[in-house]
Amino acid sequence: MTRTFAMTRRVLQQLSHDPRSIVLILAMPSVLLLVFRYVYDSQPQIFDRIGPQMIGLFPFVIMFLVTSVTMVRERTSGTLERLLTTPLARGELIGGYALAFAVAALAQAALTTAFALGVLNLDIALPWALLAFAVLGAVVGTALGLLASAFARTEFQAVQFMPLVIVPQILLCGLLIARDQMPDVLYGLSWSLPLSYATDAFTELATSDAFSSDLLVDLLALVGFALAAILGASLTLRRRSA
Amino acid sequence: MNNSVEVAGLVVRRGGTTVLPGLDLAITAGSITGLLGPSGSGKTTLIRCIAGVQAVRSGTVTVLGEPAGSAANRARVGYVTQASSVYPDLTIEQNLRFFADLAGAEHDRIAEVLDAVDLAAHRRSLADNLSGGQRTRVSLAAALVADPQVYLLDEPTVGLDPALRRDLWHLFADLAHDGATLLVSSHVMDEAARCDRVLLLREGRLIADATPQGLRADAGTDDLDEAFLRIAERKAA
Repeated sequence: MTRTFAMTRRVLQQLSHDPRSIVLILAMPSVLLLVFRYVYDSQPQIFDRIGPQMIGLFPFVIMFLVTSVTMVRERTSGTLERLLTTPLARGELIGGYALAFAVAALAQAALTTAFALGVLNLDIALPWALLAFAVLGAVVGTALGLLASAFARTEFQAVQFMPLVIVPQILLCGLLIARDQMPDVLYGLSWSLPLSYATDAFTELATSDAFSSDLLVDLLALVGFALAAILGASLTLRRRSA
Repeated sequence: MNNSVEVAGLVVRRGGTTVLPGLDLAITAGSITGLLGPSGSGKTTLIRCIAGVQAVRSGTVTVLGEPAGSAANRARVGYVTQASSVYPDLTIEQNLRFFADLAGAEHDRIAEVLDAVDLAAHRRSLADNLSGGQRTRVSLAAALVADPQVYLLDEPTVGLDPALRRDLWHLFADLAHDGATLLVSSHVMDEAARCDRVLLLREGRLIADATPQGLRADAGTDDLDEAFLRIAERKAA
């Protein structure tokens, strides 16, 4: 556990030396939400419906990108090989990363939620549930980023995993059209993608005033996706390479 | 146990070519062994095998009585790669603290190590802002904080000025005197003179395993560069 926390502290220290990334991580979702709010200025009821979904989407996408690029950088700089010769276990390495970006995600989601509720007057009955799902979405993004980075040799490749991993999820998650109105094949496929559960939860949170059992299912599904991706990332990390 | 590292029948293939065609060697505990040979002779591959990060076709590599790369050995073996492998966006001190924490080492050790590699004055500098030679020493310091029993140092003195190279070789001698085993690769033959024993590698084969004096006597010359050439030509013939 000590080594996991050492990993987490190191990743956050690296981030602390990069103020521009901190600003991007913390402020970008709020700025994008602001734009969204005024795009639908004439129809505020649409923003009330889509706004919460965006709060879930932005941290998911941003954390996926940040994590996969950071991890590939570790791989190409030779520090990953060095780490693999130390007592650090692979689970500790991946877990330390996930924890560090979960902390960043918490700060990001808290700021975004506060901005949406306080400044943009988004009408939400369960702000804490909104925050919890935003953090969870970001953690799933981080976990998928860790997994995707195992298949990227360069940062250039890592960035290109975004259209591959993220865009299909955006298309199928119910953001553009309710999932049950899609053809059966796509509807079936959408059940296997984490963003569908996040979007379901944010859609529900937009109108719900109590924590329903549907929300609990979404929560458990997202936790499951995060754990599966972290496990997959640990297993794809090979100590010995050619 | 007299040998820290034992390699038997080691075969490594990379990208379709055989880098190590079947290597046998042993490294004595508490000594400095120089691993010399031209670039491409398999020095780094051999070091990676002993560190336990190289995929091996066949053969065994035993370090301190256990397979290379085992959990116990990862706590006892320090590997310093040829390219400096520390975090450019952390300060020297933050880098060393991280590697100390991974090894479970006391933080007091960080100050000692900074003095040993003569970087105490720069401890709050970002590694990115250091010269190449300074970064090489940070990378070495990151291994020193863990206080390993076996050091695997891949070309640790490349790009350093003569005074620093001398200081580092003194440091290596101190470590060996305190009981550590060091395997130091280099392609500069005059560094062989500072080792207790020299392994000459050419095209993945061991062409000599002797003391520096033994090498000179064997080749009939005092010039180690010339000695290497003579031995290599004799083996090729």
